[in-house]
Amino acid sequence: MTATFQHWGMTYEWSWLFATVIGILVIALPLMLAVAMIIYAERKIWAAIALRRGPNVVGPWGVLQSFADGLKVFLKETIIPTSANQGLFLLAPIVSFTVALIVWAVIPFDAGVVLADINVGLLYILAASSLGVYGVIIAGWASNSKYPFYSALRAAAQMVSYEVSIGFVLISVVLYANSFNLTAIVLAQKGNVLGIFNGFGFNPLLFPMWVVFLISSMAETFRTPFDLTEAESELVAGFQTEYSSMSFALFWLGEYGNVLLMCALNAILFWGGWLPPIDWAPLYWIPGILWLFAKMLFFFFVFGWVRATVPRYRYDQLMRLGWKIFLPLSIAFVVIVSGWLMLTRYGAAA
Amino acid sequence: MNPLSWLKAFTLWEIVRAHALTLKYFFKPKATINYPYEKNPQSPRFRGEHALRRYPNGEERCIACKLCEAICPALAITIEAEEREDGSRRTTRYDIDMVKCIYCGLCQEACPVDAIVEGPNLEFATETREELLYDKAKLLANGDKWEQAIAANLAADAPYR
Repeated sequence: MTATFQHWGMTYEWSWLFATVIGILVIALPLMLAVAMIIYAERKIWAAIALRRGPNVVGPWGVLQSFADGLKVFLKETIIPTSANQGLFLLAPIVSFTVALIVWAVIPFDAGVVLADINVGLLYILAASSLGVYGVIIAGWASNSKYPFYSALRAAAQMVSYEVSIGFVLISVVLYANSFNLTAIVLAQKGNVLGIFNGFGFNPLLFPMWVVFLISSMAETFRTPFDLTEAESELVAGFQTEYSSMSFALFWLGEYGNVLLMCALNAILFWGGWLPPIDWAPLYWIPGILWLFAKMLFFFFVFGWVRATVPRYRYDQLMRLGWKIFLPLSIAFVVIVSGWLMLTRYGAAA
Repeated sequence: MNPLSWLKAFTLWEIVRAHALTLKYFFKPKATINYPYEKNPQSPRFRGEHALRRYPNGEERCIACKLCEAICPALAITIEAEEREDGSRRTTRYDIDMVKCIYCGLCQEACPVDAIVEGPNLEFATETREELLYDKAKLLANGDKWEQAIAANLAADAPYR
């Protein structure tokens, strides 16, 4: 796109700027729309599992419910507690929201359809999603209120614990794919298993890693079995307790943006991203982006399904699962996977 | 830990089963009804909005005996009575504070002439609190509006009383 702008007589710098801004908008705006729809979809999923109907009044089948909620939230007053640290209090939701958005820069939607095709995409994702916890911590601290503060402490500990095992899971993926670039990781999955299946998840060595990743990604996004940061029975609403109006909405958008991101990562890292699940020519006639969206929607359904099924972990159980089960398991699999690769891919070279 | 429970723990057996169960529920018919458009069946004894009834000739039933006022546990009923020109004893004031009312139905039980009844209507939410302080005119209007349903309900319930 940069070349098109240059063709219209702009300098390279300006063309690059315009092309990037347009690229950002092309990703971020549909993402916001998707978040609105996904909130509605999730409420419908929970409702169906609880034998309820869910939102069904605003618009046909209630599809406009999220927009009605958004409008309501937009019209409310932003309340800043007098004892809060004003600047940080307002900064926190912005941090959460921004961090949830910037990660999408390296997500490949199809072959070559990616805003920033950087060679360390996976490291960028790890770094940026770790920053996300700052939003929560700043919110909890700046609220100057006890429940948000507890929530922030929990969030920090939880994020650190699960990021460690996610890191090791990603190492095994990177070992298999031989690259940190997400596009390369997806391409490495083509015909990966028996020359038929596209996806590391079909590989028995990596499937357990996917399970660890799926569960850890729920912990990373603070979703139900691990939603101790906003455990309403203990902490009112956690770090969001003092927030209202748009500052609250930004947290929400950020949270669901992160959920969608984790769905995308599950699809891209383990289930072949934009590739069809089976390496069979007619399946490639369906555009890759649709395959990616279908996989994301499936994982989103799984996220909602889990949230409607599993009760919340206790804090010590959460820590035990992270440090005493996932961490040893993922380290063991890094060893096993690298051993297997030494044996098969690199032969007796070592 | 025996090998079987190890296997169960590492295959997340219980969690998978739980999800299979909830997935089954996902496809079940809904337990809730689509309320404003669908409504639950109602018992003839349903205790909803109050109404003061009239005789078929238009004469109000209430004889101002104040039994309802006396029995009301929430002290929601206020009655003032005077002699009418024709010598009959009638209420000049019959107020029910619907905010205080606990819908126990004791007024209806106490009434010797079936004048005060709790009708089948449950959709009488208002925008202001004042609208829920019912006076005699409102109660009589309710009686006129719901008479058919109330009479049918009373008839249906009569064999069991």
